[in-house]
Amino acid sequence: MSVDTATVARIASLARIKVTEDEIAAMVPELNGILAWVKQLGEVNVEGIAPMTAVIPNKQRLRDDVVGADPLTGGGVQGKVLSNAPAGEHGFFGVPKVIE
Amino acid sequence: MSDLTDLGVAAIREGVAKGDFTATEVAGAFNAAVAEAQPALNAFITLTPEKALEAAAAVDSDRAAGKPLGKLAGVPIGMKDLFATTGTTTTAASNILGNFVPPYESTVSQKLWDAGAGMLGKLNLDQFAMGSSNETSAFGNVVSPWRREGSDAQLAPGGSSGGSSAAVSARIAPAATGTDTGGSIRQPAAFTGISGIKPTYGRCSRWGIVAFASSLDQAGPMARDVRDCAIMLEAMAGFDPKDSTSLDMPVPEWAANLNADLRGKKVGIPREYRMDGMDTDVARTWDEGIAWLKDAGAEIVDINLAHTKYALPAYYIIAPAEASSNLARYDGVRYGLRDLPQGAGLQDMYAATRAAGFGAEVKRRIMIGTYVLSAGFYDAYYTQAQKVRTLISRDFMDAFQTVDVILAPTAPTAAFGLGEMVSDPLAMYLNDVFAVPASLAGLPAMSVPAGLDRQGLPLGLQLIGRPFDEQGVLDAGLAIEARAGFTARPAKWW
Repeated sequence: MSVDTATVARIASLARIKVTEDEIAAMVPELNGILAWVKQLGEVNVEGIAPMTAVIPNKQRLRDDVVGADPLTGGGVQGKVLSNAPAGEHGFFGVPKVIE
Repeated sequence: MSDLTDLGVAAIREGVAKGDFTATEVAGAFNAAVAEAQPALNAFITLTPEKALEAAAAVDSDRAAGKPLGKLAGVPIGMKDLFATTGTTTTAASNILGNFVPPYESTVSQKLWDAGAGMLGKLNLDQFAMGSSNETSAFGNVVSPWRREGSDAQLAPGGSSGGSSAAVSARIAPAATGTDTGGSIRQPAAFTGISGIKPTYGRCSRWGIVAFASSLDQAGPMARDVRDCAIMLEAMAGFDPKDSTSLDMPVPEWAANLNADLRGKKVGIPREYRMDGMDTDVARTWDEGIAWLKDAGAEIVDINLAHTKYALPAYYIIAPAEASSNLARYDGVRYGLRDLPQGAGLQDMYAATRAAGFGAEVKRRIMIGTYVLSAGFYDAYYTQAQKVRTLISRDFMDAFQTVDVILAPTAPTAAFGLGEMVSDPLAMYLNDVFAVPASLAGLPAMSVPAGLDRQGLPLGLQLIGRPFDEQGVLDAGLAIEARAGFTARPAKWW
């Protein structure tokens, strides 16, 4: 499997990264080199092998169903949440107009 | 006072506790060393001398008041700029987080401060920890303090924890934090003649560490010797309910239990790691390591890790796949850079922001990850890679039926020059060939300095242990350290 310029443009669009035609042209051989190399994984017989889901077996926990159980991850920190927002406005994240 | 910077973690802690010198004197000495080296090495992205002094003053006043001192009392450290630190810019070496000031502290850094450590600054790294040479940072390359004999060419400090390795080996920090996704603690440690351990996946909380590949990311210490690593790891590790993959296990007293007597232990030597065309100095160092562990009383056993050659390609599917998902959060809305071209809508803003904020290697990995997860390719790439990962893990578990610890080189070469590998991403990836398998299997693994190559550059040996057996890894590392007699350090040219 290899990629062409149209595929790279489509991947960039899926990844929400703006790319120029020159950048796409440069990425095609780079990505193809990497994809040709990872293709060797197809040689491995994986019949009956389950894909790994947890590298170290661990029980899934549920946290207590309490608001603000952990002060670091609890609520009531609107100012902190917005402190790094490029456009924090009226207590919200500001974005360009999405509905005409 | 300048010789205070020759001291490691244990020596500083003991000297402060005994009153041989104050924590403030130590912090002052390291602050001065950092300031002097920074223009030449660029090991740090942000300097925080006031934080180091503030923590030191607290330790000195606790000692004067007769209060108990923490495990790292009076030890100033470097913090990889991937750990969120309250009020101090945390960039992940990327422009997209160039002005990000966390309103919270990562669990690991908080534990270190609670243990009495102070922060010299935020260390440079490969952008989002993606790289093996520290050349993908948006804040410039880190220059290794090491040079080849008779040459002043700039060398890579390894990556992604390249600022950490450069700072510790240059004696401008006694220890530093690192993170390891596919070798990012061990390879830079090997390149610079220091020690570093990646613990079992889940030992150190990932909460507050900028995510790269969540099923692989693990924090760990980098320091000048095995004991210092053990002390610092004790302070960093521990259960954290805020990380869903955190291990709910007690933290052993690794430092107090260190034991270099390996009688009754079996050390595995993986056949598959002895590759055609292996660097002769790397091969020789490995043979020396085998002899040293034998001398420590261990029995040497040849083992097979049959799927070794597939580890790196599996890693370069799994890690980019997870990265493409993790890095989707950088959208110019909630934090970080925003690029809003005139008249742009939301989708255009996302694309422009990410184009402007991410470096070339980060974009490359997001693109690969997006591709292998896209409809029609998911099973062929991602599912296949996760199945191969199961087999790689199974190889290790089979080997650990027989052996207690595995010995291998850390990296296939000594440090390479800055700029020598950047034109070929694939060649750069191959530098992690020995480090990646243990990452995929979540195993504790450590690099210790073992000797110098023909150019006078450090080479490391890697020890890989069973899950949760950091002690076995540290003990074997100590046995090598005691016999390698590695005292080389970079000559000061900065």
